[in-house]
Amino acid sequence: MLIEAQVWEVLLQVPDPELPAVSICDLGIVRDVRCASEAVTVVITPTYSGCPATEMIESAIREALERAGACDVTVEIRLSPTWTSDWITTAGHAKLRAHGIAPPQSTASMQAHPIRFFTPSPSCPRCAARAATRLSEFGSTACKALYRCEACREPFEYFKPI
Amino acid sequence: MSSAAHLEYVLRLADNALILGQRLSEWTGHAPVLEEELALANMALDLIGQSRLLLSHAGRLEGAGRDEDHLAFLRTDQQYRNLTLVELPNGDFGRTVVRNFLFSAFQEPLWEALRSSLDADLAAIAEKSLKEARYHARHSAEWVVRLGDGTDESHARSQSALDYLWPYTTEFFTEDSVDTEVAAAGLGVGCAALRLRWEAAVHPVLMEATLAVPAPTAFRSRGKIGTHSEHLGHILAEMQHLQRAHPGAHW
Repeated sequence: MLIEAQVWEVLLQVPDPELPAVSICDLGIVRDVRCASEAVTVVITPTYSGCPATEMIESAIREALERAGACDVTVEIRLSPTWTSDWITTAGHAKLRAHGIAPPQSTASMQAHPIRFFTPSPSCPRCAARAATRLSEFGSTACKALYRCEACREPFEYFKPI
Repeated sequence: MSSAAHLEYVLRLADNALILGQRLSEWTGHAPVLEEELALANMALDLIGQSRLLLSHAGRLEGAGRDEDHLAFLRTDQQYRNLTLVELPNGDFGRTVVRNFLFSAFQEPLWEALRSSLDADLAAIAEKSLKEARYHARHSAEWVVRLGDGTDESHARSQSALDYLWPYTTEFFTEDSVDTEVAAAGLGVGCAALRLRWEAAVHPVLMEATLAVPAPTAFRSRGKIGTHSEHLGHILAEMQHLQRAHPGAHW
């Protein structure tokens, strides 16, 4: 039988299938953990409606907890409140940056901008210069856009603030 | 209010997302530039994700044991409830962009309002979908301006796309008893309020794009009551082929 703190400990090690550098806890996907005798319930909030990783995350959670000794694992999907990139932890930001992905700016800072032709200026995860040009609003996964740093000329991915 | 209207309303929302998602995914491997290839595939994925949530919800409301797959793959064209606009062929990139713009500008105020639906599951789906719709609306509006206010060729093509698609937008705001019932019950949104929001979003972009707003016509499409164009059957034939040929197949 696992207690809640142990479950969180296990979940901290479960990588996001599309961003293996960060765990599902770093991304703020895990919202709640409940333990009642043998039963463990993990509540997750998916990032994007169509995120193909959601089902993989569910099975990764189940497998990790079963390896840790849980025998009755339920993964519950909670849609509201909806996931926001503001839930990514400070540790998550550091890991993304170390992995060459610029972490998202806070969504509050986005509200002040006009709606179209709006290009937030993320700082380059390699040289930290804030002089990036957007190459593509959509990237290799639903959650990222593609930028190029005009200082070091390297392209990089930017985690979209939503 | 009858629960039939509630179910019908959720199916309309689900089918709009599913059919446009299916249409946009046809661009995979064919988009004019890599960036737009990614964009169209990403938007298709968002829409299909939204439709999965909505169809699962519809299945629960119906309570007859039908799940998202059953509803997507085993209904006939006349049982589909999407707006005719979303089933029309993609046409060229300009027409795809203009349709995405007209549709996402409609989805944005719709999801915004549905966040306060008394159907808590629908409100949660709306909250999630709104963020995605905003992104789609912004991206497609940028392209409408770029193409409309672009070269002679891109302008002409965008204008002809707008002329072709515009008559189908009347259906967005053609309120029937389903809309009225769900709006009165606090589950859905009335069409009149949406029309004002949509026009306020669409007209300035078209003006900036130097595109002329087409004159109103008497044409009325009726996809949301199940009377579709000839195009829907072809989409479903492709989308449902596997389940029809191998009933119950899964992996």
